[in-house]
Amino acid sequence: MDALSWGSIFAHSVARFWPVWIAMVATFLLSVRYKRHLGLYGKLYDSPVGMVGFGIVLFWIFTAIFANAIITHDPLKVLSGMKNALPGSPAKGVPPEAYQYYLLGGDNGARDVFSRMVMGAREVLVIAPAATLFAFMVGITLGLPAGYFGGRLDTVLSFIANLVLAFPVILLFYLLVTPEIVQTGIPTYLAAVLFLFPILFVVVLFNSRYFMVPARRNLYVGIVLVIGFWAYIGLAFDKDPLGVWHMDPNLLNVFVSVVFVNSPGVFRIVRGMVMDIKARDYVAAGQTRGEGPWYIMLWEILPNARGPLIVDSCLRIGYTTILLGTLGFFGLGVSPESPDWGSTIDDGRKLLNLFPHPALVPALALMSLVLGLNLLADGLREESLRD
Amino acid sequence: MFPFVLRRLGLMLLTAFVLTFAVFCLTNLQPNLEKLARSEGSVRMSDDAIASWIVNNGHGGPMLKRYGEWLGVVPGWVRTDDKGVTRGRCIVDGSDPAQAATYCGILQGNWGYSTFAKVPVTTVLGRSLGHTGWLMLAVMVVMVPTALLLGVLSGMREGTRLDRILSTLAIVTTATPEYVSGVIFVALFASATVGISPHLHDWGWITEKTLFQGTATSAMDDITWRNFTLPVMTIALYGIGYIARMTRASMTEVMTQQYIRTARLKGVSFRQVVMKHALRNALIAPFTVIMLQFPWLLNGVVIVETLFNYKGFGWTLVQAAGNNDINLLLACSVVAVFVVLVTQLISDVGYVFLNPRIRLA
Repeated sequence: MDALSWGSIFAHSVARFWPVWIAMVATFLLSVRYKRHLGLYGKLYDSPVGMVGFGIVLFWIFTAIFANAIITHDPLKVLSGMKNALPGSPAKGVPPEAYQYYLLGGDNGARDVFSRMVMGAREVLVIAPAATLFAFMVGITLGLPAGYFGGRLDTVLSFIANLVLAFPVILLFYLLVTPEIVQTGIPTYLAAVLFLFPILFVVVLFNSRYFMVPARRNLYVGIVLVIGFWAYIGLAFDKDPLGVWHMDPNLLNVFVSVVFVNSPGVFRIVRGMVMDIKARDYVAAGQTRGEGPWYIMLWEILPNARGPLIVDSCLRIGYTTILLGTLGFFGLGVSPESPDWGSTIDDGRKLLNLFPHPALVPALALMSLVLGLNLLADGLREESLRD
Repeated sequence: MFPFVLRRLGLMLLTAFVLTFAVFCLTNLQPNLEKLARSEGSVRMSDDAIASWIVNNGHGGPMLKRYGEWLGVVPGWVRTDDKGVTRGRCIVDGSDPAQAATYCGILQGNWGYSTFAKVPVTTVLGRSLGHTGWLMLAVMVVMVPTALLLGVLSGMREGTRLDRILSTLAIVTTATPEYVSGVIFVALFASATVGISPHLHDWGWITEKTLFQGTATSAMDDITWRNFTLPVMTIALYGIGYIARMTRASMTEVMTQQYIRTARLKGVSFRQVVMKHALRNALIAPFTVIMLQFPWLLNGVVIVETLFNYKGFGWTLVQAAGNNDINLLLACSVVAVFVVLVTQLISDVGYVFLNPRIRLA
């Protein structure tokens, strides 16, 4: 069997992504059809830059979702004789019903680069948005009172935030993401603190909203507390009695470090915006009506700060992706077998001069995802400033 | 101005103490010390032996006391073992314990010994900082003028095609972390099998096999175009986009000001307006950004030095962390924290200095 030419490699790869194309076309058609009813998301379709960015991001999201259908080989399976195989090489020794080519070649461990890249999207797109979400919860929960009350609370919290921001990220990773540190339990303590914030945030959110309707408040807060602490025990301490919530210790370490690094940035943005917004008339009106401070912060200030926060969240997911890649690049990531993009770039760079494809494929994938997120943020900013 | 600088300095010192203490705690964790005991003593030590090795080598006791010793504000430890040999933090092996100094921390200039390289930390650090200094200098020379030029060009006429192209370019470079651009550059320019080098070689344009070298190891002795271009480009590229975007934002803001319109209506040519009226005001904000970019450059330096095998500061940091070389890692951290804090101070003070509208009592 002959190796594929570049044209047919491209055609075959595009064809492998068929579920993604269908899902993307469906999303775009539906969104354009109903864009007048979709708020800021609908307006995104008026900005070419935002649309291109959204398209790229959507491509990777659907790739992560349909990864099982797209991959051509098991991303961990080694085929003998396929070590550093060039793109388009026919796969040796596979059963006839299996896929017959290594579309983007084989890596140094004779695994399929294409499948690893696709599976890597799943790794990255699960961790990066989740870590960003957690960082936002921490940053918002601390930034709102710091900006609203000011005073000593603000001084202390800002000092701590600046402390973390002054720490060179790479150094922090080298100190926090090591096998030794898992033994000391520091990631668990850090997780125990950081993972409390999402629960706290949602509880305060419901409590302040339904404070005057105790029956509903008790119901909502109760549900949040039960589910929250169930997940909390499972994720932070790995002691979930039912075994639903679980996080690998290494993954927990990476996750916690990334949240820790990102939170102070969110804190600063939220604090600055609250200080700006709290001088507005509607906040004064709320105070005069006798509304509680948390109700004003969470239900009056926060929704009015959403524009910049949404833009920042897009940029921050991209930044988190870069951070995760950095961790993988230094071999500090999850497991050495893991197909995440940073680790595969690190694997591939040793033979970069001779066989660039194992490193180049995940590198371009990572770059395109971050580029998409940046373009999306740019488009969102443009559209949210328009009105 | 003076009280402001003083207050900033005070805050900076406090931050430095807290950060170095945090680093000290994280590098001197019990598992790290046990690992150190195994590598310094013997691999087959029993748990009791490890515990006594840690205590006998001054790694026992409260963390705050050890931090004080390392800093040089608490007397260094002295211990006489059962054979009657007195050893201590300040006692050089073989010398008379009575003559040793009481305090010997980094304040006294004693940075300790690198357990992996078997030389004083200052030697290793001095050499690697020298290498990184050249790299940073080259990066700055490339990055700052390019970024400012791109930013000013795209900001002076907002919304034009040139602006669109340059802005998109800036977004692309900020989306390309160093480990990605480095890999792409090496594949494009420094590979004998792919990229443009084989073609250039075939056409006889270059005598060597590749246009640039994929490693910068030889640049430590002799910096040439071939071995230094790719590392410098890789670090600079990521910063260029960011600084250019900031410059553009600042430039577009300045170009909408009243005095620019007045100058235009007076009949001053566009070129004159940009050069004489806009540029100076537009470059205040990017100054801060460039200064705050230093911590980022540190990130890039670590990645690029690892990728191109250039034995500078970043490479040393990675090695120190990998080899559990506690003293060296601590020294690297102090340098990194120091660089970050000093650039923050310079950016704050410089901003006040450059912008006459800000007056601090």
